Amino acid sequence: MIHILKTRILKGVVTRNIDPELISRIKSSGSELKSTISKKFGRSLHIRVVDSGSCGACESEINAANNPIYDLQRFGINFVASPRHADCLLVIGPVSKNMLIALKKTYEAMSEPKFVITCGFCALNGGLFKGSYYVEGAVNDIFPVTLHIPGCPPTPLQIISSLTSLLQKT
Amino acid sequence: MAGTEIVARIKKVLPDFNPLSVLRVYGDEISLKVRPQDFKDTCHALHKILPSPVMMLFACDERKTRESFAIRCVFVDFKNSQWIIVSMDIPQENPTFETLAKSMHSASLFEREIREMFGIEPKGNPDLRRLRLHDEVWPEGNYPLRKDFKITQTGNLSNYKFARVEGDGIFEVPVGPVHAGIIGPGHFRFSVAGEPIINLELRLGFTHRGVEKLFESKIYSDAVALSECVSGDSSFAHTLSFVQAAEKISGVTVPARAIILRAVFLELERMYNHINDIGGIALDVGFSFPHAYASIIKETILLLNENLSGSRYLRRVNLVGGVSQDIDENKKQFLLKSLKAIKYDFNELVKILNSSVSFMDRVDTTGVLRRKTAEDLGVVGLVARASGIPTDLRGYFPGPYRNAKFKMITQESGDVLARLRVRISEFEESIRLIEAFAEKLDKPGELRVNMCIKEGSALGYAEGWRGPVLYWLETNSSGLIERCKIVDPSFLNWQGLSFAVFGNIIPDFPLCNKSFDLSYSGNDL
Repeated sequence: MIHILKTRILKGVVTRNIDPELISRIKSSGSELKSTISKKFGRSLHIRVVDSGSCGACESEINAANNPIYDLQRFGINFVASPRHADCLLVIGPVSKNMLIALKKTYEAMSEPKFVITCGFCALNGGLFKGSYYVEGAVNDIFPVTLHIPGCPPTPLQIISSLTSLLQKT
Repeated sequence: MAGTEIVARIKKVLPDFNPLSVLRVYGDEISLKVRPQDFKDTCHALHKILPSPVMMLFACDERKTRESFAIRCVFVDFKNSQWIIVSMDIPQENPTFETLAKSMHSASLFEREIREMFGIEPKGNPDLRRLRLHDEVWPEGNYPLRKDFKITQTGNLSNYKFARVEGDGIFEVPVGPVHAGIIGPGHFRFSVAGEPIINLELRLGFTHRGVEKLFESKIYSDAVALSECVSGDSSFAHTLSFVQAAEKISGVTVPARAIILRAVFLELERMYNHINDIGGIALDVGFSFPHAYASIIKETILLLNENLSGSRYLRRVNLVGGVSQDIDENKKQFLLKSLKAIKYDFNELVKILNSSVSFMDRVDTTGVLRRKTAEDLGVVGLVARASGIPTDLRGYFPGPYRNAKFKMITQESGDVLARLRVRISEFEESIRLIEAFAEKLDKPGELRVNMCIKEGSALGYAEGWRGPVLYWLETNSSGLIERCKIVDPSFLNWQGLSFAVFGNIIPDFPLCNKSFDLSYSGNDL
């Protein structure tokens, strides 16, 4: 205990200086997102992510949106482990034939009311993989999609700002 | 020298070896054409004398031009910095070949792939189950990589058979394809007796998108964009490997400055992925502070990438013939300044990890992949280096790395700790390399040259952060792609994971998995 206190006092707080411009941009779009979410959903929005065949870049960016710099959670967005806990399904990737059943089952496992967001060009219409023998194509043909976050991959800031503007519209 | 030296070496093992042709196609590529009945023995001889695992084994549909299928097997000769490609023709009626997998296990997955994609039967291979075209959604008898493939399928669906372990008290735990975290899809089936895992069967292929077919009849610029999306976290290594193959075919010499810039970007990609995994390993034992710290460092590198190249994942940088982005004096100073800050943070992070006894206790001796197993499976890249196999393309092939005195990092124990240590040392080495490369960026110079369209085939290779990314490319006379075979290191390394978890408990599986951190999309293509 004494050891911990000693290093704590000697070392100070381990923090990093982040570009103040970036911080202010995150804060301004984030606070807007927060107020939209508290208006539309009560307090928070719980999202379940399903990868239906993406290359991994969209996942990496969604993970980055949860890092201490962007920290999506403080604006009321939670990524959950089970579809049973989710209000919303976030689909990334161009829906490969092998993932179709799993994707449908995940959607069915969610309780009502529920809605679907797609993220990245692949999920919109197949993107670069459109026309492949093993790609089902647009998520919209499988179940109704409410929102789409554009980008390949969208940056964390784009995820925050497009979520805000899209949620405000609906 | 037209590859006579390698023929002499094979003759020592196989006295009556008589190839149809021996050709040094490029400075670093020898092509050996053999009769079908000699193929197996030649491959086995090369496997033993080099020694090298099967790096690639693939088929090409050449029925239109030559009325046969071709099968090519690629080995790497580190000592002489060259690749050896053995090929044979298979008649189009009733196409079969004798299995290589019985004497070289590393050929096994490739043979299954050839069978499902081309319908060429590897005679004698005990495991012919399909990898990517799942039996439940894709009827047997439709071979997508044949040139006369039609998109409408016919036939009946069937079911996949998992290997079953039977006995008293043994139960199965199926996991996936949809996982709890934000990661790719894959199905893991554990057979467990009490706590320890006694068998793990991986069923992948969920992100199969038919990439190799999509490459066909594309022009170079479209194909570069597609290669970025094969595996999103190693975009740069994939494009680099692709453009190198294309440059070899067109015969252009890439400007020296572009080669250095490519090396800088390749190391930046390695850095952000290694730090992500170091943080991930800490998170998977429930140690969340280093994870948060590592994700800040990762974000710093991603922002640095954006600043240097305009893309966080270094996309749209590589072109056939050079690069599109320059690092000028201002950017160079910014790069060096950022590296200094990153280095400070990284050292702090490593101190935190090393001083935590409970963390070290969890990673030490967990998920051991023995050297013998790794060699037999043909495991490559970072995972192989952690098991004591000195394999790294950067160290064996000429280029900027040799001039910068590249130091290869290996560990002996093959456990999670070894893989963690390789990552930590490689991260430090990458910083040093980038600083050395930056010194050479003092004079402005040409960034790209125009490429010309030629017919031919070549092998492109780059040591990505997971391991060697290989592209074998064939173009026709109008410059369109005829065949593009991709091997991501994940394809060979997933098997390593299923052996590393033996005897470990299921709660340690995420930890072992993260220490390998393999790509789903790179494996499934």
